[in-house]
Amino acid sequence: MPKRTDIETILVLGSGPIVIGQACEFDYSGTQGIKALREDGYKIVLINSNPATIMTDPGLSDRTYIEPLTPETVELIIANERPQALLPTLGGQTALNLAVALAERGVLERYKVELIGAPLDAIQKAEDRQRFKATMQEIGLDLPKSRMLSDLSELQSIARELGFPVVVRPSFTLGGTGGGVAYNLEELRDKVHNALEASPVKKVLLEESVIGWKEYELEVMRDAKDNFVVVCSIENIDPMGVHTGDSITVAPSQTLTDRQYQAMRDEARRAISAIGVSTGGCNVQFAVDPRTGRRTIIEINPRVSRSSALASKATGFPIAKFAAKLAVGYTLDEMSNDITKKTPACFEPSIDYVVTKVPRFAFEKFGKEFPLDTAMKSVGEVMACGRTFKESFQKALRGLETGKAGFEDLPKEIRDSWDESTLLRKLSIPYSDRLFVVREALRRGLSPAELNRMTGIDAWFLDQMKDLLDFEARLEAEKLTPELLREAKRQGFSDRQVARLIGKKESDVRALRKRWDIIPSYKLVDTCAAEFEAFTPYYYSTYDGESEAQRSKKAKKIAILGSGPNRIGQGIEFDYACVHAVQALRELGYETVMVNCNPETVSTDYDISDRLYFEPLTFEDVMGVLENEKPQGVIVQFGGQTPLNLTRRLSEAGVKILGTSPKSTDLAEDRMRFGAVLKKLGIAAPAYGAARSPKEALAVARRLGYPVMVRPSYVLGGRAMEVVFDDDGIRAYAAKAFAASEHPELFIDRFLSDAVEVDVDAVSDGVDVFVAGIMEHIEEAGVHSGDSACTLPPHSITPGMVERIKTSTKRLARELKIVGLMNLQYAIKDGVLYLLEANPRASRTVPFVSKATGLPLAKIAAKVIAGKRLKTLLPPGILKTGLPDLPYAATKEVVLPFIKFPGTDPMLGPEMKSTGEVMGLDVDFPRSFAKAQAASGQALPTSGLVFLSVRDEDKPHLLSVAGQLKQLGFDLVATGNTHAFLTRHGIQAKTVFKLGEGKPDVVDLIKQRNLALVINTPSGKRARSDGFSIRRTSLDFGVPIVTNINACQAVVRAVAALRGTRLGTVALQDLYPLLPYKVN
Amino acid sequence: MVDTPALLVLEDGTVFSGRSCGASGERFGELVFNTALTGYQEVLTDPSYCGQIVVMTYPMIGNYGITAADHESRRPYLEGFVVREMCKHPSNWESVESAPAFLERSGVPAIEGIDTRALTRRLRERGAMRGVISTVDLDPKSLLRKVRLSPTMAGLDLASRVTCEASYPWDEALPDAVRGWPLPFPLKPHVVVMDFGVKRGILRSLVSLGCRVTVVPALSSGEDILALRPDAVLLSNGPGDPEPLKEPIAAIRRLLDARLPLFGICLGHQLLGLALGGKTYKLKFGHHGSNHPVKDLSTGRVEITSQNHGFCVDLSSLPKEASTTHVNLNDGTSEGLAHSQLPAFSVQYHPEASAGPHDARYLFTRFGNMLLERMGVRAAAPELRA
Repeated sequence: MPKRTDIETILVLGSGPIVIGQACEFDYSGTQGIKALREDGYKIVLINSNPATIMTDPGLSDRTYIEPLTPETVELIIANERPQALLPTLGGQTALNLAVALAERGVLERYKVELIGAPLDAIQKAEDRQRFKATMQEIGLDLPKSRMLSDLSELQSIARELGFPVVVRPSFTLGGTGGGVAYNLEELRDKVHNALEASPVKKVLLEESVIGWKEYELEVMRDAKDNFVVVCSIENIDPMGVHTGDSITVAPSQTLTDRQYQAMRDEARRAISAIGVSTGGCNVQFAVDPRTGRRTIIEINPRVSRSSALASKATGFPIAKFAAKLAVGYTLDEMSNDITKKTPACFEPSIDYVVTKVPRFAFEKFGKEFPLDTAMKSVGEVMACGRTFKESFQKALRGLETGKAGFEDLPKEIRDSWDESTLLRKLSIPYSDRLFVVREALRRGLSPAELNRMTGIDAWFLDQMKDLLDFEARLEAEKLTPELLREAKRQGFSDRQVARLIGKKESDVRALRKRWDIIPSYKLVDTCAAEFEAFTPYYYSTYDGESEAQRSKKAKKIAILGSGPNRIGQGIEFDYACVHAVQALRELGYETVMVNCNPETVSTDYDISDRLYFEPLTFEDVMGVLENEKPQGVIVQFGGQTPLNLTRRLSEAGVKILGTSPKSTDLAEDRMRFGAVLKKLGIAAPAYGAARSPKEALAVARRLGYPVMVRPSYVLGGRAMEVVFDDDGIRAYAAKAFAASEHPELFIDRFLSDAVEVDVDAVSDGVDVFVAGIMEHIEEAGVHSGDSACTLPPHSITPGMVERIKTSTKRLARELKIVGLMNLQYAIKDGVLYLLEANPRASRTVPFVSKATGLPLAKIAAKVIAGKRLKTLLPPGILKTGLPDLPYAATKEVVLPFIKFPGTDPMLGPEMKSTGEVMGLDVDFPRSFAKAQAASGQALPTSGLVFLSVRDEDKPHLLSVAGQLKQLGFDLVATGNTHAFLTRHGIQAKTVFKLGEGKPDVVDLIKQRNLALVINTPSGKRARSDGFSIRRTSLDFGVPIVTNINACQAVVRAVAALRGTRLGTVALQDLYPLLPYKVN
Repeated sequence: MVDTPALLVLEDGTVFSGRSCGASGERFGELVFNTALTGYQEVLTDPSYCGQIVVMTYPMIGNYGITAADHESRRPYLEGFVVREMCKHPSNWESVESAPAFLERSGVPAIEGIDTRALTRRLRERGAMRGVISTVDLDPKSLLRKVRLSPTMAGLDLASRVTCEASYPWDEALPDAVRGWPLPFPLKPHVVVMDFGVKRGILRSLVSLGCRVTVVPALSSGEDILALRPDAVLLSNGPGDPEPLKEPIAAIRRLLDARLPLFGICLGHQLLGLALGGKTYKLKFGHHGSNHPVKDLSTGRVEITSQNHGFCVDLSSLPKEASTTHVNLNDGTSEGLAHSQLPAFSVQYHPEASAGPHDARYLFTRFGNMLLERMGVRAAAPELRA
């Protein structure tokens, strides 16, 4: 069937902010899907609250709404835009749930909007565990035994029927949030309780455990003619029990015979038909009992997913694009394979390499390791291709940027601390270090068969790992010959690994490789295992002889280094900047070469750059690409800290770094030399010092005066940054820090309490400097800038101070000879402007500023780097006058992952913890703040009971907050001290017991859901634990909570603005014409 | 473990050196590549690969070992096996031995450590070539000389090398229950299978369908077959060039005259084409894999098929009663034919799959329905898919 002509306008829902379980992959899918639909002439209306996405670039859709993904907002937009269809399958679980909500509220019917991609019934059949089970049983598929419940009454008898362990799965949650595995009744009761809380429909499924079984996923597509293809099969190395998002996975499946695999394929086909998906893609998960081969279906996601993004990158088959086309009526046989051009899309890709995906975790941010279970906890992932499993596995591990150059040992001290019983326990409960535990067990002589029994990891993978250990022994024992080195490279060993094993330096191994002509070859990802000629330059490295990546003859060629796996502090914002850089350079006629290893991203879509290399971002791997391509230069400033950390070595190796010079980068990162620069320019900075020993640290801290901000040198996302209040604090910190680091050095800064923090993004061509965004943080300095809400234009800074910020920024940019982007963080205290940090690179706020101002900063910066002058790239006159005031306000708010980490304190500090962000655009600051809050999932109340409890320092501000809340008609409640304080100042409030004072106490109040809002600011040092239960319970029970007094004030203003009026919506296409300058 | 060096030399002079991972020795054959991700055991034991050296494009082979239930014939008939990496420690609950042990026991030389992608690209560009794998002669020049003297596939009667010596009954069904089968035959129909190198998957499918199966040698005459009083005849797959198989073609003509239902698969399809007066030709590098999209022109639906052939029927050479029923969407070649006057149809690919997706199993149902009609049962079964 050709495309449908009864539809003109399609509403596409994005997935909102990056959260654990839902990341860049939906920007990748959404962007691809929207492009595919516009190609066919459809008008696209997009809603996504996440500004750091390519999909919300104003040129991509006809109408772009950066608005909260709530049913109310979407309904407003539907009423306005009157789309004929809604495509919810590109925006993850968020979009799917939203579509269901809209259908159930009658919105779709009221406005005659047709759900395309997946019908409502199919979504519900897949999502509602009860219906899913019934549907699967009807078609004869096996499932784990299970029971649905909505309270705790029959728990005991159900547990007896299913047998322990029991898997707990709440209905309709993201990434399995709130689920888990229970090994005894007590645990089960707790988990079911939490799961009921997490489930928006208050239903929980209890399931027979298939923990330890083999886990498989099939990425499938089906069209209206019942044509069906499996795009990719994925086998998890981690067995069932570990969420697939947290599992190390391999494509294609490795250890099933054809008969076993085809039977699974048949079942997937029957399942998707029974669910009723006939125009799109699906992910089907299976568990296979490794002893008997019994196979059960686990779940179906009737939409594109993280796995489908992986499958697309792994095979070259663009699932999202085809899913979008199927949704508007095309069938698979009507579309052609972009890569081969001659063959149709209706086929099953064959690949001739092995793909490994490894997740990246961020537990260190939360001070606690969590066992891996059925609730996803990882924040990012890498993918690698190799001709063998060993090669792809080792490449993925080094791409992870966790300090490992491949499958390597953990430090000896850690390994030695594991006695036999510790090791056995660690083998039975998977944590993020499980691979290294397995490695240690292999070292100690446990066999793959034994390890298979203990871990559930298939012996095939364990044998592969053992082979790697055996080969390391050869490298250590034998004389290094060209043959041995070549074999090492073929097994994926990096130069660094080889160097360590033979007791040489990485550069020695590199030199030997060159001498012996052992260089990587590049092979094509072509969907067809070389059966047909391929036209898409999408490559991976291997040491397999013939290289297919012939160097292009183009003189104008630039390489852009990506940002690697998502982590807290470095995520989608940097991929956004990289994609913009590529787009800008292509506009200027450059051939672009992209290097990255994150399969979720837009930058690794094969049609973004001219040549895509899917490679780890290590010196060795990047050099391999550059030596093969010989670009005129490399841009390192868009991919965050990852490429920036390579700058020095690349430059020393003779690579031309385009834009800001490596010297300037070094200067900005060298605290001492940079301090001198600031002095020279007359820019104030907090007093600081550096320490190389605990003793020195103490001396420095005392000299500066408490409180101090302390951190290790070269940090990302405020890693291990802390505000310390006294000698004890510094001793404890230094003891930990000096034990953990190989080259310990601490930076200690005088901490500016209660200062206003400001983020600045600027771009310079070496002559002119354009200050594009001055963002005022809502939270004060001390809360990591990545975790603070911020607003543009600033809402409380005086015009005079704004001018000083501009002047100081320009001066610094010129002094550092910035060419490209620069991000500065300032603090304002008592009328003094302090510079906190200067980063000569793209920042997390670049997309936010670009969306707010309509000026694509990263694109402008890329063109500047390519030699264009700023004045030719900016709206006329702006360079002279500076950016005029925006006729509206933009607020960025962050989203935090605390809900995924039970028992952690949901509190902000100098260590960054947020995973993503949303943007609120509205007429003024209060309204844009309110919108950003709604978009971040914390809709502000307009009436009800507010609980107040603040630290002493915040008490002065409390009166104005409490008074205003009162005026707005809220009732107040507080515990003893605060209550007395309020009463003393004539503010009426109810009283409630503190914990331990009596019942019911404040936590009971929260649990009863009687509160509209909780305000709890943790005190500086002591008594953080007092507030912990309040904060944690509020979070777990979904009560809006504010933990920062400055944020309280913003909240109060926002609530006042919300009263009486509803928030409206606005498309970027209507907003930008309001600007006093022209944007493209 | 000592690595035994091995060489692979192509007739164009390309030399690949690797390690032996099968039997030692020296064997010549036509090199073909297979793009299936799973199913190396079925490939190894598929008699259609007689005379050929098979290159697997998927680089990791042998992962799940060899099972008892997945042999497609008594033994491997291929000349050699080329892989990137051969797995020595297989893992699967059904595995009974490792692939290299099986290859060695079966006397099949195999070579690993080869850049199979480079080799595949060469075969794609230059077409199928002769080659040699040797673990005994490691002199590329001498091997090249020998390769160039080895016979080509065209004109060789390979079916007689792989067919059975005497007819035998077959009663083993598919190991997994298949939905929609068996068909409601009033009496078990008797299907005679002409064995040109038949895969057991075909025989198992017929049994699962509800048929009584007798396998007869390739050189059985039409009269021999009719004497068995079959309700239908299946023309099996098999290796190589169909044209030299003059006697089977004559036998098929006799069966057509008898208006017996005929179902041809792969070589059987080509032989039916020749028996109807058509011509066949050799493809550049053939179709060998499990992912070829084929459109059934009668329903418009696409099936993902298992393919293994180097020759093809020129449909334009056929009489007008024979029409194309299926088309390969990759290259537009004809993949199936049906006769409008006679109860005969055939496909170029493998509805029994093994290895490969089960999308085309409906063709057995189609065959069964043809039998049902002939047996006077009007309510034919729907052509169920997997």
